[in-house]
Formats: sequence, structure tokens, C-alpha cells
Amino acid sequence: MSLLRHTALQIKEKIISREIQATKLVGQVFEWIKYIEPKIQAFITLNEKGALEKAAEIDKKIENRQKVGLLAGIPIAVKDNICTKSLNTTCASKILQNFIPPYDAFVVNRLKEEDAIIIGKTNLDEFAMGSSTENSGYKITRNPWNQNCVPGGSSGGSAAAVAANFAFLALGSDTGGSVRQPAALCGVVGVKPTYGRVSRYGLIAFGSSLDQIGTFTRDVKDAALLLHAIAGYDSYDSTSTQVSVPEYSDGIEGGTGGLRIGIPKEYFAEGLNTEVRDAVKSALKIYERLGAKFVELSLPHTEYAVAVYYIIANAEASSNLARYDGVKYGYRTGESRGIIDMYCRTRSEGFGNEVKRRIMLGNYALSSGYYDAYYLKASKVRTLIKSDFDAAFEKVDCIICPTSPVPAFKIGERANNPLEMYLSDIYTIPANLAGIPGISIPCGFSKAGLPIGMQILTRHFEEKKMLQIAYAFERETDFHLKKPVLKGSTV
Amino acid sequence: MEYEVVIGLETHAELATVAKLFCGCSTKFGVEPNTQVCPVCLGMPGVLPVMNKKAFEYSLKAAVALNCEINKFTNFDRKSYYYPDLPKNYQISQNYYNLGIDGYMNMSVNGTIKKVRIHNVHLEEEAGKLIHPEETGADYSLVDFNRAGVPLLEIVSYPDMRNVDEVDSYMQTLRKILLYTEVSDCKMQEGSLRFEASISLRKKGSDKLGNRVEIKNLNSMKSVIKAIEYEAVRQSELLDKGEAIDRETRLWDEVNEKSQRMRSKEESQDYRYFPEPDLLPVLIDDKWLDAIKVSIPELPLERKQRFIEKFKLSDYDAGVLTEEKVLADFFDACVNLLDRPKAFCNWITNDLLREVKDRKLDINSLLIKPKQLASLVELIEKGTISSTIAKEVFSEMVQTGNDPQKIIEGKGLAQISDEGLIETVIDKVIAGNPNVIEDYKKGKKNALAFLVGQVMKETKGKANPKIVNDLLREKVGI
Repeated sequence: MSLLRHTALQIKEKIISREIQATKLVGQVFEWIKYIEPKIQAFITLNEKGALEKAAEIDKKIENRQKVGLLAGIPIAVKDNICTKSLNTTCASKILQNFIPPYDAFVVNRLKEEDAIIIGKTNLDEFAMGSSTENSGYKITRNPWNQNCVPGGSSGGSAAAVAANFAFLALGSDTGGSVRQPAALCGVVGVKPTYGRVSRYGLIAFGSSLDQIGTFTRDVKDAALLLHAIAGYDSYDSTSTQVSVPEYSDGIEGGTGGLRIGIPKEYFAEGLNTEVRDAVKSALKIYERLGAKFVELSLPHTEYAVAVYYIIANAEASSNLARYDGVKYGYRTGESRGIIDMYCRTRSEGFGNEVKRRIMLGNYALSSGYYDAYYLKASKVRTLIKSDFDAAFEKVDCIICPTSPVPAFKIGERANNPLEMYLSDIYTIPANLAGIPGISIPCGFSKAGLPIGMQILTRHFEEKKMLQIAYAFERETDFHLKKPVLKGSTV
Repeated sequence: MEYEVVIGLETHAELATVAKLFCGCSTKFGVEPNTQVCPVCLGMPGVLPVMNKKAFEYSLKAAVALNCEINKFTNFDRKSYYYPDLPKNYQISQNYYNLGIDGYMNMSVNGTIKKVRIHNVHLEEEAGKLIHPEETGADYSLVDFNRAGVPLLEIVSYPDMRNVDEVDSYMQTLRKILLYTEVSDCKMQEGSLRFEASISLRKKGSDKLGNRVEIKNLNSMKSVIKAIEYEAVRQSELLDKGEAIDRETRLWDEVNEKSQRMRSKEESQDYRYFPEPDLLPVLIDDKWLDAIKVSIPELPLERKQRFIEKFKLSDYDAGVLTEEKVLADFFDACVNLLDRPKAFCNWITNDLLREVKDRKLDINSLLIKPKQLASLVELIEKGTISSTIAKEVFSEMVQTGNDPQKIIEGKGLAQISDEGLIETVIDKVIAGNPNVIEDYKKGKKNALAFLVGQVMKETKGKANPKIVNDLLREKVGI
């Protein structure tokens, strides 16, 4: 088996035991990327030189028997809305095309401290606004399982990079499903932690009360490893919490005896693709076999989630994106007459259509006279959605449902229908509104051979339990072991 | 027609914290542009604000000192508008839950106490500063972000003032309260204290408010007064002509002493306020609030009243002493050591303030200590030095911070009360001035004063004047 198909834990073992040098591994990674990337387009910026330097440093440490970090020598890809010092961070937007942050995001700093090797910055929907990675200002990323299909989004580049064996691990961000949905569509494991579990410092804000950095991995144990490395309190993020970070890998094999699984009827209703439904239903049978009990339940305010989300996220985005004005950094228009004209031209030329649409929607929802009817009302309904989950978790340990209503769709298929595109996140959005953690794991394939993902949701800060439940399924199945065929050859 | 002028003030005071409101950058004034900045106060992508607890506490302190009701739950809101000196194009401020509401401030206007209600007190961040290059025809402007993110307290009064005397007293009293509570250095010339006025006119006796005009760009208290006077005349002339007053914002032109329309109500901006998601709401419990209350010193007006009542000082003297908190503190410390309020009041209001003025001293870093002034007063009472010598010693104390005893010893300034010694000098003076003695004996009474003067001169002013007088009279035979 090619080295590149290993899990992060396996490859780390090989590096630490000096079975392979990190530099050699990185060399292979870039060789493969150069071969396959033209078809996938997962990256906006590659960091080959930086990666090789870091790899050499790690090799030296290991050679000298120095202590190495949790992620020693593991090649990782980082979504391009997470700031990396001295390395372009564009948010897939023209408006930040030459932006080189003078600081690292908290999570990037953690990766560096734990000796991970950052191989590049991955493509996304501009400012993470989208569900297909088609809204990038630079390129369209393709699904490794079928290059005519989208990888999902907005973290499509990160999902594709892990699925295509470019990176063993990847970071993404999830505001309404942007980690879980592409993970489902690319057949990898995607975790959105509890809001506040991972610092947002250095994550370029979209919807500040919803954004959370998440992980892409090949299996659940790798997710536990990466989450452990990036979780924790950060004094630079007031919304990060001091709740202690457990050792996620400990007891991950604990099993699911006596587990009560909630099945929310609203998540299996109209609009759900039958292949997806069947795959999730079959997955539930495995849990049943493992001794879990099912509780049919209702999350009655689910139907408002998408509407509430698009008011709150866009309102916050309209304000978060106000700073891109051509004054301080990033793109500035060439010619202009006065400051207002400079603002208008810079922003008209710098932002793509979807971003503009959301800025306009957000500003509208916050306008005087409309605030109460939109933003304030949405905030109240958000509280109700949260209460739905609180009530549900009185009765169950977790909720299991589909991640996305459909498997990967064709490129261009939904691009001109924003409403239909917005419905891609119908099952993932509620967790962001409630702030609870969620994981998407592979649970089957469509007849067309596209991956299907299943979502597990738990209470706030119960990532450990969530990973345990996910692992119990993964151990019984081999969906996560299947790999896309690239260039007519399996790696 | 006779009109009543209705005036409200908005005050912005930069808080005297060492660091900015949401990052660790220094708030120092007057340094090289863009040297006190970081990704956070520059509003770079992905950065987040973290509240400066001290700034929040200073705001609470001011709100409590202004008798506000303190919201137990308070949070921050984003106020959106585009301007190049505002890095994020929104200002983190408070709109929906101001930290203090419904307060009041008592002030003295021409000897009577007047109450002005405070609508709210809230905390927000400062913007940067635009610099327009001097050279004519420059097609660019520069931005200095050093000030961006400095904590700014906004205090909004009700329209409770009716004339410029009240406005003047409001500004002076508020300034003193902010200085007394040590939340702001209130330096108007550095922009750390700024006012905006809103003015409307109504027919005398009417209780309906007229259309309000806001005046900005008021760079000194004098400008505030002038702008209000100008605006009252402008509005009354319009009303006399039967014209309506537009709700608008006007800019004061200090040079020409006129105001001009900046924008009408229709053009006013929609700030699209919404709760700041990057900051957690602040919950203020009783324990915290009590600690803040305890930290508030006696405020100027109460202190002045106490000085008048307890120490029998004049209204004027008590006013001078309480003008600056350091002076009042100095006075209180002296009186605590030695119960001679009148003497200390004189020393402080006359001699100390003259020294400060003449020598251009910073009143906040005086070398002389209350204990030393108390010793000086004691030395005068004991007769160790004369009050004339004392002035010299005091001046030295102010300049060096040395103890009076040390100065007296060092310069040999102690008063001479040894009668034998003084007698010797008197004998010498009498011997040297036979003509004066003659004059005196002929009835020229002021000749004695000349002789006293000569003795003092011989003793370099150190001879006890009473003994000199007594002995001289004895000698020349009265």
C-alpha cells in the first residue's frame, strides 16, 4: 500500500520509528500533488519549500532523539481562510489576493508547535460562503470521486485534499456545515466542534457567532488526534472556553452499550434523497446490533433553521466584511474619484457575486426598521432551536441523521439557484445555531459510487462521546477505507 | 418673541488606561504615527477583540459617580459606518444595553445647585485620525491608527440645560468628576475630552421640545459656549421669520465663529447596530459593583461643601482647593496632620499655586509633601522661623522636596530669640545711627521702624521681630 494512503496515526508512527523520513514523505506528497492536483484543484497556495524545511527540522529532532509534537511529521492542509504567517491567505477572494498575514491563527500556531507539516492552503467558496466550492474567486475544486461533481463546501479544498491523498489531515471551518457537508460528499471524516471549543483567532470571520474550525481526517482516531491538538482556551478569543480538553483518544474503543440514539423525524422528511436515507437507515441497524436503543423524536423548529441561519450569518458577514475597503490591505481599485468611489469600485471588483448577495441581504436585515423583524426575530428563533436540542438531549445521548440531503451534485447544477444551494446545509445548520458538536462519517455509497455521510450530534462539549459513537460504527464498517480512483490508478 | 434655549451635551472622554480597549497596544499620546498598532486595532482579517477589564471598570466608576443605574447585564454592539479612520468600518460600542442609564449630576451654577439628568453612559472604541497633507493639491490623505481602539467613554445628558452658564458648569463639573475618579486625564487640547451640543428653541412657557440641531467640531469649552450662543441666535432669527428649524447636524467653524450644515436628518446614517458576537456579555454582580462604589472618592461638589462647613473656608477658597483633586487631597492630608485649616488653605491657594504657576510645575508630580507643609506651619507657630523666612523656606521646599528643618539648618535660617544676642546688634545699630535716635526722641515715630529694619538686616531677617521691638523701645527709652 502506498504511504500516502495511511492514516495520520500510522504515518506518524513510521516517522517517529524512522521507518521513513519526514522529508521523504513530503517529497512523495508533492510528487503526487503535482501529478493529480491539476484535475482536483484543491489548493490555492502550495507550501512546498516551507513544508520541506519543517520536515527537515522534524527529521533532525527525531535523529537527535528530541521530543516531538503530537502531529510530528504529518502533512496537513489548511483552509485558506485560516491565517498563516508569511503565507498568502486569500479566503478565495480577489479582495485578499496578495494578503500575507503577519500572524498565525491560534490553530496554526498549535499545528506548528505539534510539529505538523503545513503543505498548503486549500480552496473554498469565497469567504466560506457556499456549499460547493464553486464560489471561489480562483478555481473550482473537483470531487476526487467524480471530477464532474462538486466536493461540497465551503471547505471543499480541504475535504478533497484528504480524499485525494494530498494531505493526511486538513483543517476547515464550519459556519453552517462547511466541514461536515464536504466531508460527507468526499467520503472522509469531518468534525465541527462545540462553538468555543477551538479558538477562532486568525480564522477570517464569516458568521462570528456560528464559525468554528473543524477537522478533516481519514478516520475517527485521526479526528481525535487532530482535535486534541487544536482544542482549548485562547486568551485572544473571548468566545473560546476554559472547559478542559479531555484526551479524545482515550477510551475511544469504549463501545456503545446502552446508547440511546435520537432519530429526529424532521431530518428524514421530504427532500431527502432515497439513497442517502437508505444508507443512514442501514447504518442505524449496525448500532442496533451493537446494543443501542432508538428514540424517535422531534426537533420542531428545524423548519426555520435555514431561514434563521441566512439572516444571522449574513448579518454578521455584512459587518465582518466591511473592513475590506482598499484602505489598509488587500485589493484596491486602480482609478477612483474620492473615497466613496474608491470603496465602491474596490468592493465591486474585489468580491464575487455570492459574497455581494450576502452582504446585501445582511445589511438589509440589520437596517433600521427591519432589525426587529429580521435579526431580532431570528435570534429568538435561534434560542428555540437550541431549546429543541436541549430537550432532545434529556432523552438521548446523541442524534443521528444524514449530513447532506444528497450525495455530491454536478458542477454547475445548483450554481444559479442560490435557494437550492442553501438547502444543501439543511441538516448541518441547526448544530451551528445551537453551538453543539457534530461529526460526519462515511456510511455508504450511492449507485453512482459517490460517498454518503452520516451525522452524529451530541451535547455541548461532548466531542469525546461523539467520537466514541462514531468509532463504534467505523470499526464495524469499511466505508472509510475505500479510496477514489484517480488517474486510472489507485494510489 | 422670547424663547427658551434647550441644550443637551454628549461628552466623549478617553479613558486613562495604559492599554487600548481590545488589544495590548499603548495609548500614549503624541508618538510617531502608526507605531502603536497591532493586527487587532488595525482590524486585520481574522483577529478578535478582547475586553480590557480596567477600561470597563473605569466606565463603571464614571457611571456610578454620575448616579446611573447600572445594568446588571450589559453587552456591546457594532455600529457600522464607512470611514477610513475606522479600521473595521464598524465601531464596537454599546446601543441596546448601555452599562449605565438614568443618572444625574449635581452642579453649582452661580451659587445654586442644579441637577442635570444623564441619559446614559457607555463604553466604545476610538477611531484613528486622518491627516491631510499640507501641500495644496495633494490627492491623498494619510491615516494614523495610533488612537484607533483607545477606550472612549460616552456620556449623554438629557436636554436639561437652559443657558450657557449651566452648560459651562456642566462641562467643568463633569470634567472634575472624571478627574476625581481618575478615569480620564481630560486633556481637551489632546482630544481626550470632547463635547457635542444639541440645541433647540421653544416658546417660553411651552413644554414641547423644538427641532434639535446637533453641533460637532467643538474643540474647546469656549467653542461650545460660542457655538451655542451662535446657534440660539440663528434659530431665534429663523423662528421670528416664521421659518422652521431643520433637524440637522452642523459643524462649528472656530476661525469664523459660525456653523455650517454637515448633514440633514434625512441624510443621517443608518448604523445597523447589532450585538457584537466576538465579545461575551458582561454580567455585573453586586460584589463587583460594591467594590467599584467603594473606589469612588468624595466628589468635588460634596468635598467643597465639606470644606466650607467643617473648616469654615470661604466659598471661593473651597472652590480653588477642590478645582483639582490633588490640591484637595493635599489639603485634606495636611489638616489630618495638624488642625490648622486656614493656614494650610492660605499656603496652598496662594503660595503653592503661585509657585506652580511661576515655575510651570506639574501639579500631579509635586515634590513637596503634606507632612512637610505641616512641619513648616508648626515651625512658624513655635517661633523657630518668622513668617517671612517661612516663605523662603517654602519656595525651597517646593523646588527640592526637602524637609523644612533641613533647609533651615542648612541655611542657618532659624529665628534668633536670644535676647543677649539681639541686644548686641541693637547696641551696634543705635551706636551707628545717632541722628535717627535724635529724630525719634523729637517725636518722629516712624524712625523706630527704620531701626527695627536695620536690626533685621544685620541679622539677615532671623531676629524675632517681637523681641527686637520690645528691646529697642526699652533702649531708646519709652
